[in-house]
Amino acid sequence: MSEIENKTEHGSMDGATAGTAEDPKNDTGLGLGVIFFIVAFLICFLSGWLLFPKLLYSKHEQPFNFDHVLHVEETGDCESCHYLRDDGTFSGIPKLASCLDCHTDEPMGETVDEAVFAAEYVAKEKEIPWYVYARQPDCVYFSHAAHTEAAGMDCKTCHGPIDETRTSRPYEENRLTGYSRDIWGKNIWGIKKNPWDSMKMDDCAKCHVQETGHKGYCFQCHK
Amino acid sequence: MKVDRRSFLGLGIGAVAGIAVSPVGAKLTDDFSIWTQNWPWTPVPPDGEISYDRSVCNLCPGTCGITVRKIDGRPVKIEGLDTYPVNDGGVCLHGIAGLQYLYDPSRVKTPLKKVNQRFVPISWDEALAMVTGRLKQLQEDQNPEALACITGSGQGSVPGLFNHFMAAFGSPNCLTMPDLESWLVLTATTLHGPKQTLGFDIDHSDHILSFGAGLIDGWGSPVACIQAVAGRKQREATLVQIEPRLSNTAAGADRWIPINPGTEADLAMGMCGFLLKENLFDPVFAQGFKGGFMRFTAMVQKEYPLDKVAAVTGVSAADIQKTATAFAKAKMPVALPGKGRGEGAQSLKEFAAVHTLNCLTGNINKKGGAFVKPLPDYLSFPDPVLDDVAQKGAAAEPLAASAQALVARIDQSDQSPVEVLFVYNANPCFALNDPSRVAAAFEKIPFKVCVSPFMDETAMASDVILPVSTFLEQMEDVPSRGGLAASVVGLARPMVKPVFDTRSPGDVVIAVAGSLGGGVAQSFPWKNYEDCLKQVAGKIWNPLTRKGHVIVSGRPPAGSVETDFGFLAENPDTLKPAGDQEFTLIPIDNFRVPPTVPAPSPFAIKTVSDRILKGTDMFVEINPQSANHLKDGGFATLTTPAGSVRVRVHFNDGIMPGVIGMVKGLGHTLNNRYVSGKGVNINALISPTIEPGSGMDAAYGIRAGISKA
Repeated sequence: MSEIENKTEHGSMDGATAGTAEDPKNDTGLGLGVIFFIVAFLICFLSGWLLFPKLLYSKHEQPFNFDHVLHVEETGDCESCHYLRDDGTFSGIPKLASCLDCHTDEPMGETVDEAVFAAEYVAKEKEIPWYVYARQPDCVYFSHAAHTEAAGMDCKTCHGPIDETRTSRPYEENRLTGYSRDIWGKNIWGIKKNPWDSMKMDDCAKCHVQETGHKGYCFQCHK
Repeated sequence: MKVDRRSFLGLGIGAVAGIAVSPVGAKLTDDFSIWTQNWPWTPVPPDGEISYDRSVCNLCPGTCGITVRKIDGRPVKIEGLDTYPVNDGGVCLHGIAGLQYLYDPSRVKTPLKKVNQRFVPISWDEALAMVTGRLKQLQEDQNPEALACITGSGQGSVPGLFNHFMAAFGSPNCLTMPDLESWLVLTATTLHGPKQTLGFDIDHSDHILSFGAGLIDGWGSPVACIQAVAGRKQREATLVQIEPRLSNTAAGADRWIPINPGTEADLAMGMCGFLLKENLFDPVFAQGFKGGFMRFTAMVQKEYPLDKVAAVTGVSAADIQKTATAFAKAKMPVALPGKGRGEGAQSLKEFAAVHTLNCLTGNINKKGGAFVKPLPDYLSFPDPVLDDVAQKGAAAEPLAASAQALVARIDQSDQSPVEVLFVYNANPCFALNDPSRVAAAFEKIPFKVCVSPFMDETAMASDVILPVSTFLEQMEDVPSRGGLAASVVGLARPMVKPVFDTRSPGDVVIAVAGSLGGGVAQSFPWKNYEDCLKQVAGKIWNPLTRKGHVIVSGRPPAGSVETDFGFLAENPDTLKPAGDQEFTLIPIDNFRVPPTVPAPSPFAIKTVSDRILKGTDMFVEINPQSANHLKDGGFATLTTPAGSVRVRVHFNDGIMPGVIGMVKGLGHTLNNRYVSGKGVNINALISPTIEPGSGMDAAYGIRAGISKA
């Protein structure tokens, strides 16, 4: 028998064996595919939830630790340092000059932070380059006076119980946008439990709908 | 087990599914969109602490109070200062654009000297030594009167320091550019005696008769005038505007009376004649009429009969009667002289004739009328110490009565009688009529020193440029001027440290005087300009620094006013536009285009209508009736005895037939790409004509021809 004849004779048999996927003994392709699927799914799923947030944000330590509890005890309230100016604008983070109303270049306490403050900033007359957790982007106009004075809101409603913090947590900066993590919120899925957990535009709108019945117009904040 | 295609498919789908149910997609979409808004080339101004500071704008004679908004000390916005007695919160487009002058491309950043027609940076010491060397040479040659000085305005302590320097040096040749204030001082001096000026209480007047004064087109103190005109309807005041063109002011007036250009003086004289004939003048006030009143009365009635005036002015006799009668019968009438902004070439005869209407109604130094005020005398400079050379120079005859006359004098002489020229806060090589002749005269002067913040046309024609600070970088007293009723002195304060290596002009004068030694140095006993201002401002220094301004006089001046008719009784000629062509070319003062110093800001130029300036093309206005073969928007050649230019035509029914209007202040050639090379400088088309009696250039218009290009 010639080779050609042989092949022709067993041709149908070979074809039937090789082409039947239903043969359980040979079903390794699908099984591996499922395993690969599950492995890839788990890796990406877990990375997306656990690794991605770590990669997305870079952490910066504040120049030195700031004890809000101590300062609130000494000064009495938020407004002593974070006040509204006469023209209604908000003073924000105090400048060195405000600190020097009480402090001198002699450390007032015995903490390392106080020593850093006195030596590095007071003595050198250098402004402290604080990272501002709540800084909104430049395209947003925000009036503190309209919220705290006109609407009588508490600082805590948006900023949380920051007066109860004894240490300054690291500032997390979004590597892509440069924004503080506090704007999107700690929860990477954007779920919030407290009003101060995140402060995106939708958060503003949600509160405005509740309080005023309207989410507001574009130009009110984006001037 | 075999890894095949399906395994990879499973891997891929698994990865996609894993990512899909993680927050990566949603978060990255949001972040990506934000990332696109924060590209590094998107300009974001630095954030910082907001503060406000107050000062006074010194860009024009308006002298408005301003507040400057700063971020961490950097000025970012100028606004009008509420309750300031001149502008009460108002501000104009030049004021709000004032910050652009700080960083203007034509700022002179360091002292410069001209070497082979190019400017070379030098140190302040070298620049001042060059100037002092030249001046010492004049002293050694016993020729101090060969020093001349041209300043922009005559008011305030800085022009005062230049005057004081010239006096101490021994030169009588200190001149100012012709602004509204200088015309008002000249008018007041001619009619009421020396050291006086005029103010107009437009705010309270119930009948304003304006002889072309562009009340909302930049006349006088622009913001104050615009506010006064805006309040007119509420107090039911009438505004009658007399001018050849329907300007913005005319369009908002109760009546617009078109008049043949340059015949305003004749109309005013005709009205005077009519009022005198009809006994429609105030006999009580007329008791103060001195020299030549009878001659004047006889002359106006003889020389200015209504039919003759009607023929000359193009205003019907009935209209003249009606207008004059309404003016005389109003309770608080005021007549305003000064066409357009009231600056540049005007006419003393016209100013005097118009102000005579005020005198005839007797509404002088009364609410809603014209105020004859003493010149501000809050500054007391010490008497200059003159040595023998200076005394001889000071006694010399002044070379000319005006900057334009000085140019003519130099132009006509083979060797310039001026050897050293100071120019401060003025741009004669652009703003005077026939600037090419001014530049030619400058060529003849051996040594020109320009004290200016900007590399303008005059700076370019100078030998040494001493760069001075802008009004936002220095302290200076700013007295109100330009026809305001109240006399207010404001204090301009440094809003920011000098951006470049510039100094205050006062410090420059004091430094030059100090290094000259002798009597000149003794006449300048101050450490610096601030010390000088403190000393010469005397008792107003404290309130000035505390409040930022002092009202020297707010009420009508007291005391009787005498009026001398000697000048008008001689019936000086009304100068006719030179040339014999078909049309009369007149300058249009547009509020958006400042015609003198500083040149328009880039912002101001952007606001100019494209029926005035399109790209670099200059438009002229012409009435379609007299346009003949010209097309609206088409190109044309405009020719006057002084020159010829290519322009585009804008048909305007609001300009009298036979008149061509061209906006003044464009066509700069200075080193600023936002402003230069745009349009045509109308001054280059007008030859100056010195008016007898005033010694000032009075060529407001010129005859012109226009043909299709």
